[in-house]
Amino acid sequence: MNREQIVKELKDLFKEDIVDFFDKSEKRIYIEVKPESMLKVATHIFKTLKARFNIASGIDTRLDIEILYHFTVEDINLLISLRVKLPKKKSIEIDSLTPIMKGADWVEREIHELLGVKFTGHPNLKRLLLPDEWPKDSYPLRRDYKEWDKGAIRDRGV
Amino acid sequence: MGIKLKALLKSPWVFHLSTGSCNNCDIEILDCLTPRFDIERFGMVLVGSIRHADVLLVTGSANRKCIPKIKKLYEQAPKPCLVVAIGECALSRGMFINSYNCPVPVDKIIPVDVYIPGCPPKPEAIIAGIVKLIGKIKK
Amino acid sequence: MKKTIVPIGPYHPLQEEPEFFTLTVEGEKITDIDVAVGYNHRGIEKLSEEKTFDQVPFVVERICGICSTSHPLAYVRAVEDIIPVTVPPRAQFIRTIIAEGERIHSHLLWLGLAGHFLGYNTVYMWAWKLREEILDAMEILSGNRNNYAMFKPGGVRRNIKKEDIPPVIKKIDSIISTLTMLKKAVVDDPVLHARTKGVGILKKEDAISYSALGPTARASGIRRDVRKDSPYEAYDKVEWQIITMQSGDVFDKLVVRVLEIFESIKIIKYCLQNLPDTEIDLNLEDIPPGEGIGHIEAPRGECFHYVRSDGTNRPIRHKVRAPTFMNLPTYKSTIVGQTISDATIILAAIDPCYCCTERIAVLNKKGKRIYSGEGLVRLSQEKTEKIRGQLQ
Repeated sequence: MNREQIVKELKDLFKEDIVDFFDKSEKRIYIEVKPESMLKVATHIFKTLKARFNIASGIDTRLDIEILYHFTVEDINLLISLRVKLPKKKSIEIDSLTPIMKGADWVEREIHELLGVKFTGHPNLKRLLLPDEWPKDSYPLRRDYKEWDKGAIRDRGV
Repeated sequence: MGIKLKALLKSPWVFHLSTGSCNNCDIEILDCLTPRFDIERFGMVLVGSIRHADVLLVTGSANRKCIPKIKKLYEQAPKPCLVVAIGECALSRGMFINSYNCPVPVDKIIPVDVYIPGCPPKPEAIIAGIVKLIGKIKK
Repeated sequence: MKKTIVPIGPYHPLQEEPEFFTLTVEGEKITDIDVAVGYNHRGIEKLSEEKTFDQVPFVVERICGICSTSHPLAYVRAVEDIIPVTVPPRAQFIRTIIAEGERIHSHLLWLGLAGHFLGYNTVYMWAWKLREEILDAMEILSGNRNNYAMFKPGGVRRNIKKEDIPPVIKKIDSIISTLTMLKKAVVDDPVLHARTKGVGILKKEDAISYSALGPTARASGIRRDVRKDSPYEAYDKVEWQIITMQSGDVFDKLVVRVLEIFESIKIIKYCLQNLPDTEIDLNLEDIPPGEGIGHIEAPRGECFHYVRSDGTNRPIRHKVRAPTFMNLPTYKSTIVGQTISDATIILAAIDPCYCCTERIAVLNKKGKRIYSGEGLVRLSQEKTEKIRGQLQ
């Protein structure tokens, strides 16, 4: 399949799920999808298009939490980024991709602890990087993160 | 100078402890063992257990998960134990000073005897640092 | 049979970084593995949001001392993807030279460590001796043994002087003959075959499912290399081959890395001899709002950076994905079913780099079998001795 076919197929198959389709350049496509249909679109890209899962990245944009899933279709050198916008509520939830691809396991755990997104269906959603004594509701990559440790030294003493 | 300190001067055995460093200092320490620098000539051996070591080489900007481990390893070391901080991160955390996961520098956790600056210090600098350490004890 | 848990870590005498593994063993067979990371987490993604676009390369350079070129390169490519611009040809060639120099020294470093884990300290010493020559060459080109600080968004910081090229080529040529000898010694050694062939196999399907990258995937028969799939910098102007092997065991991973060194030498020599004579910097001023992705082939696999700008002089989000992040979970399929004396070499086979992602000394726990980190390596080295004895 070439680039045009993939773009057309994605647009046809997921007409209702796509919120925004941004054709940035020859090698990059950004697709914004509804949070509830993300799993469906990602499965199609991973299984049918045989794309490789690169990584997911979470961003706190003050208004909402954005998660981007990056996939590469290697044969035609195309990077597809799926974007989901999750409103900032008390508990932010999205479906986990780990049951489909094992590669998403760690990155979902990372986003869970650094941004506080709950991945439903993740088999082992525990902390990956942060220590056990880290307070429960403090997420370091959130905009409103404040240093909680009173004992921390932040000057060089000169 | 106690008799114990005098005894360890002849061939200080070193244990290397990485506390969340970027690997560069650690590689340069290993470089000291390889043919070009070869500090084993002087009786310095990198040992596998802290219980055999006389000198503790600390690299990296102590992160929260490592701090309890650093304390534990220092307690396990036979005394007297000398501590050498290698690299900018171990000295003052360098550019990681504002990182949320690196609260305090290494010398606030365990006492440090010698500081070797550099990012990363060259193997020559590390050897010079250890020589200074030996000179310091002799005084 | 009774299950025993062997905790490995987080401090090990040989691997430089702290990491914690829990191996569940039945007799000698490993039945399960769990990895705990986080001993290296420094919050770099947060830190780089506080720095300006020009300062970030110095931060990402310190993510990992061995991949100190891959991360800045991926980052500057991500920033250039926001605008988007292409850097002048001379800058492209200089970037390629530095990136390939790093690949050679990283693969030699791994070869040495792998030799040590198997009880071949001669390989360790030889490989690291050769590595010094490469570091010298890099010192001539960039001014430092590691952390070259060569890249900036829009070009490179330092030019390569004409009079520096012959000594660098001489240094690189000087390692070829020794490296060929070392390759023969490593690849044709019957003891090494016995220790690494059929050990820690990563099947092709598993490699795809885990999204394995770099030499780890290429040893399992997956022809993936960002340098060919999505050519960046000067890689499409040079002739070179992707090295792939089929079976995915430790031996194949070793061969892939050794052969890649020769390819890298070829690329560096071509680039040095054909340096185009142009500007080296575009002098970028403002970065417009938008988002960019830079992905390049680091020594361990694809390195992926995502940068978002809001029009100010700082990135508002910078996501770093190191290759080991995807390769490490493959342990689950490679180590289960193997014996404990092979554990060290399997764990080392993917060339793990934990400081990128975010060691082995067995802690004393009540009622659990205790191996010291040294003991585990000794176990591996003793097995080599035994096989050597049988073969003679």
